[in-house]
Amino acid sequence: MATVASVPSTSSGSPLRRRRPARTLRHAGILAGRAILKIRRDPQQLIDVTLSPIIFVTMFVLLFGGAISGGATDGGDRRDYLLFVLPGIMAQAIVLASMGTGINLATDITRGIFDRFRSLPIARSSPLTGLILGDVVRQLVALAVVILYGVLLGFRFRTGVLAVLAGCGLIMLFSFALGWIWAYLGLLVRSPQGVQGTVFLVAFPLTFASNIFVPAGTLPGWLQGWVAVNPVSQLADTARGLMVGGPVAGALWPTLAWIAGIVLVFGPLAVLRYRRST
Amino acid sequence: MDVRHGIRAEGLVKRFGRTTALDGVDLAVRPGTVLGLLGPNGAGKTTAVRIFATLLRPDAGRVEVAGHDVVRSADQVRALIGLTGQYAAVDQDLTGVENLMLIARLLDLRRADARRRADELLGRFGLADVAGRVVKTYSGGMRRRLDLAASLVNRPEVLFLDEPTTGLDPRSRGEVWQLVRAMVADGTTVLLTTQYLDEADRLADEIVVLDRGKVVAAGSPAELKAKVGGRTLDIRATEPTDLPAVAALVEASVGVAPVPHPDDPGLLSVPVPDADALPTVVRALHDGGIPVTELALRLASLDEVFLALTGHGTGEES
Repeated sequence: MATVASVPSTSSGSPLRRRRPARTLRHAGILAGRAILKIRRDPQQLIDVTLSPIIFVTMFVLLFGGAISGGATDGGDRRDYLLFVLPGIMAQAIVLASMGTGINLATDITRGIFDRFRSLPIARSSPLTGLILGDVVRQLVALAVVILYGVLLGFRFRTGVLAVLAGCGLIMLFSFALGWIWAYLGLLVRSPQGVQGTVFLVAFPLTFASNIFVPAGTLPGWLQGWVAVNPVSQLADTARGLMVGGPVAGALWPTLAWIAGIVLVFGPLAVLRYRRST
Repeated sequence: MDVRHGIRAEGLVKRFGRTTALDGVDLAVRPGTVLGLLGPNGAGKTTAVRIFATLLRPDAGRVEVAGHDVVRSADQVRALIGLTGQYAAVDQDLTGVENLMLIARLLDLRRADARRRADELLGRFGLADVAGRVVKTYSGGMRRRLDLAASLVNRPEVLFLDEPTTGLDPRSRGEVWQLVRAMVADGTTVLLTTQYLDEADRLADEIVVLDRGKVVAAGSPAELKAKVGGRTLDIRATEPTDLPAVAALVEASVGVAPVPHPDDPGLLSVPVPDADALPTVVRALHDGGIPVTELALRLASLDEVFLALTGHGTGEES
């Protein structure tokens, strides 16, 4: 055959190329590119990540915002609430958008595509990393929608560009960490519908039982306990500090610790489960 | 090459909880030949393929594929195999060419080389016209061919086809068979699982019959047919009303009651030990004055062999 030269020789006894981290990363990038191609083929995939942040901002700022901020009739309090809630809603939007990772994984498993990847000579972590990285586009869209809609309603960043970028970066980093939890659940539950239900069970207490929408002080004592340790509360606090001003360091370190902890625990769990999955 | 077997399994055992899916399976496939792994649903065929293709780890036993141990040298094995499952494992949201390029890029081909390899395979599998279309819009046969193409991107030495034609119409089945024959002609070793006996009969050099996780028979299709029951005699009466009389005469001559063919009740079949039965039956029919339109002695079909070996048919276990 004419093009044999371009293909790695399969029959010679030559030692297989060693698995270098660069090669693993490149494979993850190629697989992440698959997700981007799919969005280009079918932009409707972005509807949920576009609409759900709009719904949440509308609901909490326009509908409940007046009441939450003290029932005042003038728009001033509502604007204060917008400043308080929007960085948190950014975090929430990303958490909800990142759940797609688990559902996509379960879909790939039921359709047999993951078996195809598992039968290729690539690192075990590449398909999982690729899936999680591939979801970054959807999350960036969600983030942009929240910011644009918020600005339209009167939200303004009150810090510098670098601080805002750092805030967005931290939120994205957090969603990358969560991706490993969703991937693990996807491998555990395996049916796309089942995963959808399960990830909501995790995502709802994370986002609603947090200080995103109301200050923790207004909550009953038992709930305050959870809200205080909830990583999403820490993330929302940090994002607020970085985007509209206020203390940052107090919540930043716990957030980073959570991110590292989640990746260190769920990363290996997911890869192990993937390796063993039948 | 020092590879003496394309695939070799010894004492292969796999359990899922309390069920034993594979209970000490031995088999060997010579390079460049086709092994048909035959068995009813739940016999363990897919489990065996998943172990050979490094997707599952065996609980006991040894498996070598293309000369490498599937557990210790899984990555070497993965570089040398292709796998096509029961369903088409391609991304339905991507186009045909995107699917093949994805695989090629993961096999470390440069973009231009990946494109060339994808185009070459699409052409060979008759998919060049639909290369730019999203797979969702493909017919079942086209999807299966794309899946087959995806498992050939790395030019595998050993190819696993797990029920490659299940759910396909007869024409698409024929196309898949042709492609498999072409690959074997190129020197590829193929392990094919199937529930279709005619598929194994047409494609396989050797057949291994699996039932409830155990090998119940092995050999070439002809050997298997000869091993079980030997021959079958088919008789069709000219007048359908003569059928009971024919059945009685035949039973009197060969000692076994003939049974009507399941798809063709006018045709009676009876297993006979050897070719001597033919003149005996002819004489009996002649003496009885019963005209017949069809009277044929043939080797038992694989369906009949299967029934004799496992005590049940190829469909769902009863």
